[in-house]
Amino acid sequence: MLSEGGSFMKGMVVGGVFCLVLSLLGSFSPVTESKTDGNDHHHHHVKAASKDELQQLSDSRLQKLTDQLQVYCVVMVQPKSLVYWATALDTWTKHCDKAEFYTSEASKALEAIDLNEKDDWARLRKALKHAYENAGDIRWFFVAQPNTFAIIENLKYLVLTKDPEQPFYLGKAVKSGELEYVELNSGIVLSYEALKRLVNVFQEEEKCPERGRQLWKLSDDKQLAVCLKFTGVFAENGEDVHGKGLFNSKTVDSLISESMKQNPSNVVEGCCADLAITFSGLSANQMQVMMFGVYRLRPYGHDFHDLLTFFPPEGSDND
Amino acid sequence: MRPISVTFTIGLIFGYLSLRLLLTSMFPIELVSDSVKNEKNQLDAYNIHTEANQKTSSAENPPNSARILCWIMTGPRNLESRTKHVKQTWGKHCHHILYMSSVKTDFPTVELNVSEGRENLYWKTIRALQYIHQHHQDQANWFLKADDDTFVVIENLQYILSKLDPEKPLYLGRRFKPFISQGYMSGGAGYVLSKEALRRFVEGFQTGQCTHFSTIEDMALGKCMETMKVEPVDTRDVKGRQTFHAFPLDHYVIRQLPRPRPWHMIYDYYEPNEGPNCCSDFIVSFHYIYAVQQYVLEYFTYHLRPYGYSYRFRPDEIVEANNKTNKGG
Repeated sequence: MLSEGGSFMKGMVVGGVFCLVLSLLGSFSPVTESKTDGNDHHHHHVKAASKDELQQLSDSRLQKLTDQLQVYCVVMVQPKSLVYWATALDTWTKHCDKAEFYTSEASKALEAIDLNEKDDWARLRKALKHAYENAGDIRWFFVAQPNTFAIIENLKYLVLTKDPEQPFYLGKAVKSGELEYVELNSGIVLSYEALKRLVNVFQEEEKCPERGRQLWKLSDDKQLAVCLKFTGVFAENGEDVHGKGLFNSKTVDSLISESMKQNPSNVVEGCCADLAITFSGLSANQMQVMMFGVYRLRPYGHDFHDLLTFFPPEGSDND
Repeated sequence: MRPISVTFTIGLIFGYLSLRLLLTSMFPIELVSDSVKNEKNQLDAYNIHTEANQKTSSAENPPNSARILCWIMTGPRNLESRTKHVKQTWGKHCHHILYMSSVKTDFPTVELNVSEGRENLYWKTIRALQYIHQHHQDQANWFLKADDDTFVVIENLQYILSKLDPEKPLYLGRRFKPFISQGYMSGGAGYVLSKEALRRFVEGFQTGQCTHFSTIEDMALGKCMETMKVEPVDTRDVKGRQTFHAFPLDHYVIRQLPRPRPWHMIYDYYEPNEGPNCCSDFIVSFHYIYAVQQYVLEYFTYHLRPYGYSYRFRPDEIVEANNKTNKGG
């Protein structure tokens, strides 16, 4: 009897260990994603709300969210790229609730906030600090260069149900060694809370030096990630409901060319999101073409019955 | 059989099951795969929703909805590099589509009894229209000709055609003024013949009223149209902006300082505009659109959009408002 009990116990132990091993290998993965809890988002991608989620909100709540949703565009310009500057001014930045141009040095041709700063990172710091201090009621910040084309309505759609009192740092998230950061050339989105923490950490020279570390010179977007990381804010990839990236560091032409090689039978679907937010590396003419392509060109009779409404900006003739 | 191994096995199973139970009660599995499936269902529902909108909207058009037969002027050399991409993009929006070539293939292409070459373009057109008239005239009431480097938005063409009577002799496209007094339509920008216009073209060649007097295809066809009393239509939108275009978008929409007509607009019948007012929101065509650009335009037209954007141009509202003021005045 004793030997039978003993072998039973041995069997139990082996069975239990076997089960543990299996579960560790991944058949049970405890889910840490929480949909509504904004306090604690450890995942590194942020998705736009689905149609279902939006439909659950009342009309008045939806309207309130839309009205409160304003974007402050921080456009980093330089006189040497004057044509891009002028084109950005004439195209997509008209759709920002507030668009400020921050330049390295003053230009006689166009007005901007002159930061009088040659160093990229120092300039970005100054611009962000200025934006924070002049935000007014605006709670979302979008940082871009003038040869990026951004569709602000789609940016608003992405962050519509996100609370700006939570830290959000979104865009095209890339990894460089251990550091995950958002690429500047495809646009950086910061919530008010993220920007607030950033401006506060600017005062801590050891964590977030103004001139960058002497030994190795990180690019300005990586510096930003390092500083934000100290405040507990992490880079997240902005995606649509399908998981497709919304921030692109390339042009439409370039992405379509790639898709023609990778998905020859499904080029457009395999390429880019319908509600993409940014494309980058565009020439000034391409930006004017995009303005038409995005805000005007469409097939008669296709209605989308979107749940939000955004009106065209005043005094603009190309959208 | 040894009794020890039986109890061992029972113990094994018992141990496994009890630990599994313990683990599942500690970590509630949110069934990640299920939530993904749900999202997919939501997405599919969304897609169906938009497709349904498309269908109901076109039903809102007048009952005699334009049925368009598209025919593409192409040849064996271009099937792989150009025509294939037309087939995969806007070709799908045609009610019927025919690819006209000198050689029959499984593309599929229709064999016209004509060799390739620029000097044979008008012969190809004549044979193509005769072929369509003979075999397909009942399948459509409008006949669109396009090149293998033309991009067309069929829905926007339908919008224009829905207001016109296909039993009338009508001819649409990008109107040019030289050579023909009533003007003629650019070949590359694509042109459309009504059912009656097609009938008259074929009749013109049967009776000798129309001949192959020139190799310049679009101009020569325009001459035949004039001879057979087919009317050219002004296809500009209610704001006077063009719908058919003989060049890509960047030749028109880029802002320019006021200047005399550039070379590529010298032929235009109607005074062209440069900059944002060049072109209607409801573009019908562009020309010199190769491979990548076909997909780029497809993406801009049917996919990329600003969410929730209230478009400025609402022609139906303008027409309604005009009707109201006319009635009131």
